[in-house]
Amino acid sequence: MSAGAFPETRHSVLAAVRGGDPQARARAAEALAAAYWRPVYTYLRLRWRAAPPDAEDLTQDFFARALERELFARYDPARARLRTWLRTCLDRFVLNRRKAEGRLKRGGGARLLPLDFAGAEGELLRHDPPDPAADPDALFAREWSRSVFSLALERVRARCAAAGKTVPFALFERYDVAGADDPDRPTYAELAAAHGLPVTQVTNHLAAVRRLFRQAVLELLRELSGSDAEYRAEARELLGVDPP
Amino acid sequence: MSGLSDAALEHLRRLAAEPEADGEGGFRYALREEVGRGGMGVVYRARDRELGRDVALKALPAPADPALVERLQREARILARLDHPGVVPVHDAGALPDGRPFYVMKLVRGERLDAWARGRALAERLRTFLRVCEPVAFAHARGVVHRDLKPQNVMVGAFGEVLVMDWGVARLRAVAEDDPGVATSSTIHAGETAHGTVLGTPGFMAPEQARGEVHRVDERTDVFALGAILRGLMAGEPHGRALAAVAAKAAAPEPEARYAAVADLAADVQRWLDGEPVSAHRESVAERAGRLYRRYQTPVLLVLAYLLMRVLLLLFQRDG
Repeated sequence: MSAGAFPETRHSVLAAVRGGDPQARARAAEALAAAYWRPVYTYLRLRWRAAPPDAEDLTQDFFARALERELFARYDPARARLRTWLRTCLDRFVLNRRKAEGRLKRGGGARLLPLDFAGAEGELLRHDPPDPAADPDALFAREWSRSVFSLALERVRARCAAAGKTVPFALFERYDVAGADDPDRPTYAELAAAHGLPVTQVTNHLAAVRRLFRQAVLELLRELSGSDAEYRAEARELLGVDPP
Repeated sequence: MSGLSDAALEHLRRLAAEPEADGEGGFRYALREEVGRGGMGVVYRARDRELGRDVALKALPAPADPALVERLQREARILARLDHPGVVPVHDAGALPDGRPFYVMKLVRGERLDAWARGRALAERLRTFLRVCEPVAFAHARGVVHRDLKPQNVMVGAFGEVLVMDWGVARLRAVAEDDPGVATSSTIHAGETAHGTVLGTPGFMAPEQARGEVHRVDERTDVFALGAILRGLMAGEPHGRALAAVAAKAAAPEPEARYAAVADLAADVQRWLDGEPVSAHRESVAERAGRLYRRYQTPVLLVLAYLLMRVLLLLFQRDG
């Protein structure tokens, strides 16, 4: 599932998921699943200590059930943040599933979403996993922010490709994404030499893509929030800033 | 979609948190990379579009906490008050497009004192130490106690110029608004962090500061930190008991036992450099002889050589 599943709109995906158009509803639900499946999977692995195959099944089943029963449509922004509400739904879902474990055979759920579990598992092994005993909200929130930023990155990549700005994006990817934990991160001057550009051009390209990235993150937060207040709260919590 | 590492996640979070300083909104400064981050603020290299130069812009990492806002604004005000070549000058202050307060200062290029000192001769280190003392003494004269002096907060430039940085926990004593040159005896507590809060760095923090005895923190608290810095600069170099006594007096546990003013400490270090007796140490006859020998080494050797020659001549004459 790609970031393209998100409707290119500043309106909330949640509005679409509760709207009257069944096609738009299904598309919006899929978009929400795209943003939340990775946090859900990681949360199941760490918090519920589910083995990888169990976590995969539970993730698939959870979203299959959510789509089938139009779970997202029942969300009330006035009562909780979507993120918190979804985690509560997930906890309830797992509890019910574990109660019924004796009666149900594992793996019976439908596989509706093409989700990259192998990739998620690889990431879990590659990086320091968060403490499973940590605050469940914090754990879920961290994986959620990872998901939002990954989606924003994909969105910026797609936009840069469409606008023929592959070099600026390549610079951004090398310096700001791959370079973040690379002890040999190139300097602006080295990047300029590698791409045959003046250093000032590298600075300008990076500044431009960073702006696009920030814009994409804020867009995603807006789309994934149930209300303007929630959007602002999420932006403040995630970025520490008041969005414009 | 590839997963992001924790480091990439944190870096991207900072990038997304940066205000939209470029282009839209007409904000004067274009933020570039982050060059430092501390408990209180984030420092960015920024481009001043109006004057076409690079500057350092310090802003709070997030809005909200009024205590931090006050501290940042207070630091800017204190820096503006300290017009000295050894204090980084403030150019501008205000609020970022996202509302966070900031101030702009000169972008300092140089090395931290501890890194700079590696491999340098003791005398050179001490001369630089004296240049650290100058802005601190200047600040004291204007009623400002730094309270967080340490090698990490001292930058040495390519030409040996010294800048004392990070006045974020400095304390301002009451002064007349129109006469920044004279400090009075009372202390302003507005802007002070909560009474008794410990701010500073272990190893360089005076005992009274570590114990949170805010009322006892004064110029001698900075003298203690300077003593600890001096001790660090002497490490690994033969220096004798006199200089060790200077550092020990500066970093004495009780404020009353320390130098009363930075100028007194600096004077003793200067005396040591000049081969003169220091006030912190009563020297023995042997030490005095050794010091005088080091101070007058060339004339002493010349006289000795002359006397030796005379003795040899006398011996030759007698034998002849």
